[in-house]
Amino acid sequence: MKLFQRTIRDLHQMLLDREISSVELTESVLGHIDAVGEKTKAYLLVTRELALRQAKAADDRLRARRDVKPLTGIPIALKDVLCVKDVVSTAGSKILKGFTPPYSATVVDRLESEGAVFLGKTNCDEFAMGSSNENSGYWPVHNPWGLDRVPGGSSGGSAAAVASGEAIAALGSDTGGSIRQPAALTGTVGMKPTYGRVSRYGLIAFASSLDQIGPMTRDVVDAALLLQSIAGHDPRDSTSSTRPVPDYLATLRKGVKGMRLGVPKEYFVTGMEPAVEQAINDAIRLLEQQGAKIEEVSLPHSDVALPAYYIIAPAEASSNLARYDGVRYGHQAPGAKNLIEEYMLTRQQGFGAEVKRRIMLGTYALSSGYYDAYYLQAQKVRTLIIEDFKRAFEKVDALLGATSPTVAFPLGAKTQDPVAMYLNDIITIPANLGNVCGISVPCGLADGLPIGLQVIAPGFREETALQVAYAFEAAADFRKLQSPLMRAA
Amino acid sequence: MAITTRYEVVVGLEVHAQVLTQSKMFCGCSTDYLVAPPNANTCPVCLGLPGSLPVINRRAVEATIRTALALNCEIPEFSKFDRKNYFYPDLPKGYQISQYDLPFSRHGHLDFDVNGEARRAGITRVHLEEDTGKLQHEGAIEQAQSSLINFNRAGVPLMEIVSEPDLRSADEAREYVMRLRAILQYIGVNNGDMESGQLRCDANVSLRPVGRIEFGTKVEVKNMNSFRAIHRAIEYEIVRQTEVLEAGGRLVQETRGWNDARGLTVSQRTKEFAEDYRYFPEPDLPPLEVSRQWVAEIGSSLPELPAARRDRLIANFGLSPYDASVLTSSKPMAEYFEETVRLGAPAKAAANWILGDFSRFLNADHKEIQDASVKPVHLQQLIALIDSGVISGKMAKQTFEAMYRAPDPEPALTAAKGSSQISGDAELTGIVDQVIAENEKSVADFKAGKEQALKFLIGQGMKLSKGRANPQRLEALLREKIA
Repeated sequence: MKLFQRTIRDLHQMLLDREISSVELTESVLGHIDAVGEKTKAYLLVTRELALRQAKAADDRLRARRDVKPLTGIPIALKDVLCVKDVVSTAGSKILKGFTPPYSATVVDRLESEGAVFLGKTNCDEFAMGSSNENSGYWPVHNPWGLDRVPGGSSGGSAAAVASGEAIAALGSDTGGSIRQPAALTGTVGMKPTYGRVSRYGLIAFASSLDQIGPMTRDVVDAALLLQSIAGHDPRDSTSSTRPVPDYLATLRKGVKGMRLGVPKEYFVTGMEPAVEQAINDAIRLLEQQGAKIEEVSLPHSDVALPAYYIIAPAEASSNLARYDGVRYGHQAPGAKNLIEEYMLTRQQGFGAEVKRRIMLGTYALSSGYYDAYYLQAQKVRTLIIEDFKRAFEKVDALLGATSPTVAFPLGAKTQDPVAMYLNDIITIPANLGNVCGISVPCGLADGLPIGLQVIAPGFREETALQVAYAFEAAADFRKLQSPLMRAA
Repeated sequence: MAITTRYEVVVGLEVHAQVLTQSKMFCGCSTDYLVAPPNANTCPVCLGLPGSLPVINRRAVEATIRTALALNCEIPEFSKFDRKNYFYPDLPKGYQISQYDLPFSRHGHLDFDVNGEARRAGITRVHLEEDTGKLQHEGAIEQAQSSLINFNRAGVPLMEIVSEPDLRSADEAREYVMRLRAILQYIGVNNGDMESGQLRCDANVSLRPVGRIEFGTKVEVKNMNSFRAIHRAIEYEIVRQTEVLEAGGRLVQETRGWNDARGLTVSQRTKEFAEDYRYFPEPDLPPLEVSRQWVAEIGSSLPELPAARRDRLIANFGLSPYDASVLTSSKPMAEYFEETVRLGAPAKAAANWILGDFSRFLNADHKEIQDASVKPVHLQQLIALIDSGVISGKMAKQTFEAMYRAPDPEPALTAAKGSSQISGDAELTGIVDQVIAENEKSVADFKAGKEQALKFLIGQGMKLSKGRANPQRLEALLREKIA
């Protein structure tokens, strides 16, 4: 087994035992990026020198047995929406081409202080807006399970990197499913923590009230390890919670015996592929065999989550993206005759079609005379969805369903139909609106393409979601599944 | 001086006051933007860099609540920040963090005087927002080839104090702002400097036929940098609007800028294409619960406000309401007055000096009383010289001017004492004889070798001469006579 195919937990033990060095490990991953990077196009930027420098420093730390943490020496990829000091960070957008932030995101600082190794910036849909990674301002990402397929989005680059062996783990961001859906489509584990669990400081904003950073890994243990290191209050993010962070590994292996798990009937949406439905039903049965009590529950407002999301998220985005005006950084249109023209040309040239569509949607929804009918109404729907979850969690400990109604679809299949594309997130969006947490864990293949099981737990009960996901993973043992790009090596 | 018209004047004021905090509204940068080199006091947050997030400065919130309490406002328990969206190069995020429908306070009032008569204007709200950066055009704005942006001011906390349209003349508007400025200074939230823009005022001016209830078309006047400018600009607008209406014309809702040099307002933009700011709740900041305990603590820490001080000056010192009003219109002036009286000056004389020549000189020099070289201790001594008859009123005026003009007032004060000094032995001998005759015991003590007794005798001599005796000569003559 090659080093780049292993998990954080295995590699941590090998590093501790001095069986391998971080430099060897990092070179193994960088070598694999060289081998398959052109196929997946998972990275926008590979920070080779930085990675090797950090790996050497991690080796010093390991040698001295000084302050060794689970992530010390582990090569990790960062979604391009995360600011890294002195490293180009563009959020997958041409409007930020060449933008080098003078500061790092809090999560990046935390990983750095643990001694993690940064491989580079992974591709994503522009400003995290998309479900296929085809909205990247640079190039689309190809799914390691089938190069003609999308990897999902918007954290498609991070998902593809973890699935192909181009990273041991990665960070993504999830506003409406952008971690969980690509995790499902690439056979990896992806977790969206509860809003407020992880600091957003330094995350280039899409929709501020929904964005969360989370781990994308090979298995559930790694997800718990990575979440452990990034979670917790940050005085620089006023929306981050001061609740203490539990020890996620402590409860991980407790099993599901006696747990009550709910299956929302609304999550079996029309248009769900039969193979996906079959795999989810099999997964539910497997958890029942492990001792969980399965109950059907209802989240009656699930059908209005998607329209509410497509008001709230674009509204916030229209404001968040106003700063990209060509005045201070990023793309500036040449030859503008006056200020207004400079604004217009800069934004016309710098933003892609989907970003423009959402800015227009959001601007419209916030306009005077329409605010009450759209934005305010959508916020009321959000309250109903929060209440749906509260009621469901009075009866059950966690919810089960598919992550995506389909497996990875071919590149170009939905690019002409934005609404069809939006429907990809129909069962991931409620967790963002409802202030709960969710994790996607592989639960099978259909025609050689991965399927993801979604486990949703109440707000700030990440340990519960991880516990259920781990129980399933251990029982099903889909962990052995590796993408052709990973296997081929 | 009000202009006679068959229209009633309706004015509402929006005052922006920078809050005197050490750090900015949403980051730790220093609020110094007047002295610091351009863009020295900036960071990812106040530059609006991608990914940065605001954190509320609690002191700025406290100052806003303090102001609101001083203006008799209600403080709701629940408040939040909102985003005001618009594009401009001095606005780094493309939106300003402000407050829309749930400000920190509302429904207050401000009492003030116009020519000794009491007036009250409603305060609609006091809310908190962030200031913008400052553009510097290379040359006149129309011809400038480039503009520079200094973001040192971006993110400085700014209170907006909105009045009801309760003001009925330029006089009322000016007095309202003067009183408001005094209150802000008294409670220590703003330094009241209008010239540097730390206190800014916009006026909404409209006319309506006397007796009509509906308001006329309002015009927003900006760029008034002094009390005088506020008064002149509103007077100008009253005349301009009256002329338009008298000629059968219609006013347009617009923003006009006051040009102080030319003494007129110039149209800046009409509101027919009103900007839509697309306000919505700021998702990066959780809503705030303002605890009743906190409000009570802030309320109990409020100092004496101008109106109360005015009443106290009238009651304790017998000042006229007018003098008391003017003295308390500026906190440093009121403190100067009270300190002078505390040192022993009669109140009426102190008030007359401060409100007379002293104020005239300060106004001419655009100076504040606390910056003058003449301190209360000097003014008190000058007044004492007049009261004891050492110098005449005319001489005192000359002396005061000399004291005021000099960097150090002491020499002028000493000269005034010296100019009337009695040094002639003929005159002094009479005084010495009287002192010896009236203080037999001390004379005996001195003869017995007690040096201390001589000091006492010199003091008696100074007293008899009303301080005019030359102390050196006095001592010499005493030693001579007693020996």
